[in-house]
Amino acid sequence: MEDQNLNKSEIENSKSANNSLSSGEGRGEAIEVPTMAAMVAAGKVPELLFWVGCAGSFDERAQRITRSICKILQHVGISYAVLGTEESCTGDPAKRAGNEFLFQMQAMTNIELLNAYEVKKIVTGCPHCFNTLKNEYPSLGGNYEVIHHTQLIQQLIDEGKLKPQDGQPFKGRKITYHDACYLGRGNEVYEAPRSALEVLDADLVEMKRCRSNGLCCGAGGAQMFKEPEPGKKEINVERIEDAIEAKAQIVASACPFCMTMLRDGVKHHEKEQEIQVLDIAEITAQANGL
Amino acid sequence: MISQLIFLVLFAAAVAFFTQNVRKIRRNILLGRAIDRSDRPAERWAVMARVALGQSKMTKRPVAAVLHILVYVGFVIINIEVIEILIDGLFGSHRVFASVLGGLYGLLIGSFEVLALLVWLACAVFLIRRNALKLKRFSGVEMTAWPKSDANYILTTEILLMSAFLLMNAADYKLQALHYGHYITAGSFPVSSLIAPLLPAGTGSLVIIERACWWFHILGILAFLNYLPYSKHFHIIIAFPNTWYSKLQPKAEFNNMASVTAEVKAMLDPSFVPETQSGRFGAKDVTDLTWKNLMDAYTCTECGRCTSVCPANQTGKLLSPRKIMMDTRDRLTEVGKNIDQHGKDHDDGKALLDSYISREELWACTTCNACTEACPVNIDPLSIIMEMRRYIVMEESTAPGSLNNMFGNVENNGAPWKYSNADRFNWAK
Repeated sequence: MEDQNLNKSEIENSKSANNSLSSGEGRGEAIEVPTMAAMVAAGKVPELLFWVGCAGSFDERAQRITRSICKILQHVGISYAVLGTEESCTGDPAKRAGNEFLFQMQAMTNIELLNAYEVKKIVTGCPHCFNTLKNEYPSLGGNYEVIHHTQLIQQLIDEGKLKPQDGQPFKGRKITYHDACYLGRGNEVYEAPRSALEVLDADLVEMKRCRSNGLCCGAGGAQMFKEPEPGKKEINVERIEDAIEAKAQIVASACPFCMTMLRDGVKHHEKEQEIQVLDIAEITAQANGL
Repeated sequence: MISQLIFLVLFAAAVAFFTQNVRKIRRNILLGRAIDRSDRPAERWAVMARVALGQSKMTKRPVAAVLHILVYVGFVIINIEVIEILIDGLFGSHRVFASVLGGLYGLLIGSFEVLALLVWLACAVFLIRRNALKLKRFSGVEMTAWPKSDANYILTTEILLMSAFLLMNAADYKLQALHYGHYITAGSFPVSSLIAPLLPAGTGSLVIIERACWWFHILGILAFLNYLPYSKHFHIIIAFPNTWYSKLQPKAEFNNMASVTAEVKAMLDPSFVPETQSGRFGAKDVTDLTWKNLMDAYTCTECGRCTSVCPANQTGKLLSPRKIMMDTRDRLTEVGKNIDQHGKDHDDGKALLDSYISREELWACTTCNACTEACPVNIDPLSIIMEMRRYIVMEESTAPGSLNNMFGNVENNGAPWKYSNADRFNWAK
């Protein structure tokens, strides 16, 4: 019975294993990622905690985003750590599905851990983790400076620490950015991801529904973990039509769940050869030759 | 003298009946649960000024925005004229401000007339958009006969009121030119002077037209005032407090339920003694929602901007945020009637959940906040959807099976998928 309840992302993993589209950086060699436990044991206090998130940890496609973020952090020399196996779900999907108990259990357990490590600043690889940690943890006792990875990338570009290399692969490519709901409308982060694209000397286009009018990918509100209600179309299919209409060669995303949905939309339209879906972190890492 | 008396009685009755109905709405809204929306007052005044007074969120649809601003400005400014009509009606005077204001009076009447014409035209275009062009936004399962008629009644009434106002002025203008009776010269009447030639020349019929239109106009306004509490048109009043009480946090921030915090703390720390909390988790009926949710329902003007941007609705799912708001208002009105007829504890065996809003609608929401972003008066359908999901999950434990699996995974593995937590760091290998 369990098998029938495989959710989209698990199916996604098996599907994407031999998918020719999965350019982004390859899996490549193992990378050295410091954990909070090891840092503290060595008497060191990292400047930044990288909150990877469940998708970034387990979803094979999203793992590449995670590794790109680590490469960026290492490249610019920020002292950071991850929680590794001590990390747990923020509780976001439980909360959006209406299970406030489970959310608060997760939140309080996580807060206990974060406070024990005296964490001050967190960067997340996912807009949902970002929103939950930034907005919903404070009143439960978790007060941290929380930024999304696109905001960190914008900051590093502004500081001159990230610079696209000559001959980087995005020059002149037609790129559009898909606003993640929990980053855009939800937290009014519209510019950071776009400014990461503006340095690429690419042909940037907006889809007809963008920024505060952006169309959801269909994964939010715990939809990722259930079948959609009956209707005449899938939301991600509708969304990718905006990208096709904009004639984009690359759809940039900033959320691992949007990534899954958008790639499924591309597959539905059999546009794998024409449209790539890449995270802002992957694009930045590639442009910087990382 | 008799006409003054009749006027006084009708005016007093209209105000009394309106007050009674507004009190009823207030009582119904206060059936909702407590929520504190009195913090950050300076910001709240600013939001109200921007969104309600300044109509900043209307601009996303420029055509509707221009037409709406004409009707809105016309309504507000022409109401200055209503003050004069009320004084004239009560004291038997005629154009009481004309002698006081002199030249300024002519200017005011002139601007009222131009605005009245613009309101007339805007309402005509609105009627055409709804009934001839049949804009998609004005259809949908929730747009049944009553909401469609409601919109048409409002627009038709406004057209009739503006017509009466202009016709009244036209007759008055013609009588002024004839220096008849108390009809003192009071300005140039830029719009009605164009209608005046169409009117009969006899002073007797002109006086009848002028008086008839005067009475029709003011009685129409008093009737319209009393129509408001039954109509979506109530937004002209309640939009102001509703925007003042807007959610000021980031849109994606959902409230942490204090009742749950107490229980979770007690679970994690046995020595913690929670204050006894009663009441259900989430919302099954309107009385489980907050008073702000209920105020939202009375504020909704059924414009459908929310539904037209809803990703679930656009892809053919049952969910329509506008329906969520209309259902909430309909159910609340029903609960209010039950209280009036059967007393406070009457149970009619119905509830907002299932009797009005189906589970299929609730589970189709992606919580993307497109609806709350689109609403020109800061209504939050998402918060009602969330409260009802909370009831389904925490009181009934009847979430869809796949979501229950996700809950189990989060609880046991710390991830929404069935992966072992021991593998969580494998991505670095």
